[in-house]
Amino acid sequence: MLMDTPDETLALAAAGGDRAAFATLVGRHYDRIFGLAWRLTGSKGDAEDLAQDVCAALPVKLRHWRGEARFTTWLYRVVVNAAHDQRRRQATRTRAAAGWGDWETARQDEMAEAQAAQDWLAAAMARLSPELRDTVALVLGEEMTQAEAGQVLGLSEGTVAWRMSEVKKRLRAIAAEEAR
Amino acid sequence: MTGKGDDDLMALKAALQAGPVPDAAARDAATRLAMENFDRLQASGQVARPKEDRPQRAGFLNGVLAMMKHLTARPALAATTSVAALIVGVAVLLPVAEGLRTQTLPPATPPTAAPEAPVLTDSSVARADAPAGEDAGRAVAEAPPKPAELAEETAPAPVPAPVPAPEPADEGGAIAGAAGLVEMEADDARARKEAPATSADTAAAEVAPDMYMVPAPAPAAAPTVAPDPMPQLEPDTEEYANAAANPVKVTAEEPVSTFSTDVDTASYALVRSTLNMGVLPEPEQVRIEEMVNYFPYSYPAPADGAAFATTVSVMDTPWNDGTKLVSIGLQGELPAVADRPPLNLVFLIDTSGSMEDPNKLGLLKQSLALLLPELRPEDEIAIVAYAGSAGTVLPPTRAGERDTILAALDNLAAGGSTAGAEGLELAYQTAKAMQADGEVSRILLATDGDFNVGVSDPEGLTAYVARKREQDGTYLSVLGFGRGNLDDATMQALAQNGNGQAAYIDTLSEARKVLVDQLTGALFAIAEDVKVQVEWNPAAVAEYRLIGYETRALRREDFNNDKVDAGEIGAGLQVTAIYEITPVGSDAILNDPLRYGTAAATGEAADELGFLRLRWKAPGEEASQLIETPITGREPATADARFAAAIAGFGQLLQGSVYLGDWTWDDAIALALESRGEDAFGYRIEAVNLMRLAQSLAK
Repeated sequence: MLMDTPDETLALAAAGGDRAAFATLVGRHYDRIFGLAWRLTGSKGDAEDLAQDVCAALPVKLRHWRGEARFTTWLYRVVVNAAHDQRRRQATRTRAAAGWGDWETARQDEMAEAQAAQDWLAAAMARLSPELRDTVALVLGEEMTQAEAGQVLGLSEGTVAWRMSEVKKRLRAIAAEEAR
Repeated sequence: MTGKGDDDLMALKAALQAGPVPDAAARDAATRLAMENFDRLQASGQVARPKEDRPQRAGFLNGVLAMMKHLTARPALAATTSVAALIVGVAVLLPVAEGLRTQTLPPATPPTAAPEAPVLTDSSVARADAPAGEDAGRAVAEAPPKPAELAEETAPAPVPAPVPAPEPADEGGAIAGAAGLVEMEADDARARKEAPATSADTAAAEVAPDMYMVPAPAPAAAPTVAPDPMPQLEPDTEEYANAAANPVKVTAEEPVSTFSTDVDTASYALVRSTLNMGVLPEPEQVRIEEMVNYFPYSYPAPADGAAFATTVSVMDTPWNDGTKLVSIGLQGELPAVADRPPLNLVFLIDTSGSMEDPNKLGLLKQSLALLLPELRPEDEIAIVAYAGSAGTVLPPTRAGERDTILAALDNLAAGGSTAGAEGLELAYQTAKAMQADGEVSRILLATDGDFNVGVSDPEGLTAYVARKREQDGTYLSVLGFGRGNLDDATMQALAQNGNGQAAYIDTLSEARKVLVDQLTGALFAIAEDVKVQVEWNPAAVAEYRLIGYETRALRREDFNNDKVDAGEIGAGLQVTAIYEITPVGSDAILNDPLRYGTAAATGEAADELGFLRLRWKAPGEEASQLIETPITGREPATADARFAAAIAGFGQLLQGSVYLGDWTWDDAIALALESRGEDAFGYRIEAVNLMRLAQSLAK
């Protein structure tokens, strides 16, 4: 029965202390959390850390959930904020290149071709500022509308639209460089 | 253009969606942790959170344990430095997390136990670090036993350095951090195995006996949370219009130099804004003619009926003993302000998302509000905003209805991407509708330079502006705001083709200078297509170079072609151009004479340095008029000319020009100070202070 219950109902129940509801929520959304975390950080290790951070903090966070937004929107916001915190903490370690910049070369050789695509991705993402990366992760990676992404990031839809046009501009610059 | 961008976007999207599959172990660990924290929260009933996004303190070791359990399933982890190091790391951590011990833990081994690590066995580890060690110890035991390698690899282990610091200091947040560390350590170890002689390894081996030294590969950073970095100029997408500095020309080969006037001042304001951010401007941000033309000069006013007066002055070059500077100043007439025709002004305002900044839209509103009192009640104003879509914000309204206009300005809000072309079309339509006989129409485009959405190509846009200028007689000026996104190149192109001015507004004072002090000059042209041509006399001048005006160069034959567009000059404005010339016989000549020589110069008028020709059109007229003046070389240099030279030197210092020799910032500052003159508005002393700032930044 829990499997069909909407996120919002589960979240309210979990906030009220319903253990099963909470377990269902986490089970349902871990992959989503991890996916976004990977898109934000560009590293599997970082993404696992981040997802674990978010899961660990979720019980407390949920107490602040008032059901104002869709649960997934709220959850995305939690992940984005956690990623920002992680970036800040990492800033001492790697001042300039956060996340995507120090892309760790994956070790699965059998994925050589996929790897080429991933390298291009890493190179492209590294050229974007953290703000643009966040926007790209949500709009392209999570296929959100610009309005939804704006809600998650706390920005106006227009700003998200502008950021996406900015991304396009930079991709063009990268392509032009490659063609050179 | 957009199509290509979309392809890239689709590629990025595909790549982003093909992310890694979540690891089942990590998933379980995270889920378990979440449940534990959930239970603890229910049990304690307390809600206080030590810090945002951090889990509860008591979860720390449980999390480590959970991770350890899963790590045993990973063969790669077995028998490596990292596991041993991790155990020590956990042990060292404990004093930090003092409070935890009483709750969940038997006393743990102090760091001094570490030297035992090289002889790790199942039992010793278990003894050394009871709860955490058990699992790890098993992991070690499962590895193919290679004692020698093990001993060698574990050598760095006793060193307490790889304390997985960041999390424990972060109150109670150690769970995920420690888990992440295990991962990282494992990776580290794997990497090291693959590359046995990494410097890290050797370093660690060397320092091993000294257990308090920090080995290089310490994966964790200091426990402090990094402060946000100082505000700085971010990597941006600004684009600048510039070309390589004009080279030295040999008079005998190319005696004629032709260029279009430029009354823009954007480059100076840009340089100022960059310097004030604590950064030296890039050479391409510096357009020397715009820096020189930023300052008002007291050239003599034209005689009655003449549109221009030219002032030539010749002086020794401050940075080169062997050359001379010839500066050519044009002073436009200032018609009686009372006689000016009624003005139709269309504000075309960029309200795209990127304008959402007090230094952009906020400053823009204030700037335009400053302009209003300068207008006459019969002047008309309309406001067109462009963002995702273009729209008329204020239909044509008499300037007398100031409240209506101010209210419309106040209501502008940023949002949406930029559809510059559409907005431009609407603005031209509006301007055309407002046009009546004897009135002057001008579009004032205010933007941070973003024209990238909905525009097929910038050349089409500038051609459109040029066509509209010819068809409707509507001028276009551009006001640039904000940094980070400034498309200076497009701004320049639009203003040049729209016969307008491009100004960059970084402060309200700059807005006042452009829109209030120089209002008549900015909004009323007295001459169009003003072209300057100087023919140098090869008998007197061996070489010359024009300082600045790189983006304004014209072909020699274009000078007499009235179809070729050039810059306009506004009422009362000045234009200054500076040449550096090398007299015949000077030891500063850069080019060797040709072996076979060239035709000898005519002996006539050998005492002249050159001949200045000026072409201009009265506004709206087709045929140009010609003014000719010889340059004798005996024209005295005024303080104004020397100040202009100091500014030209300033610009060249910023560009890293090769022509300055050992001329320094100090020389530039001294020259500017001594020739500062009256400087009622303080523009010149501001320039001196910018030079000082640049001098410090360049050190």
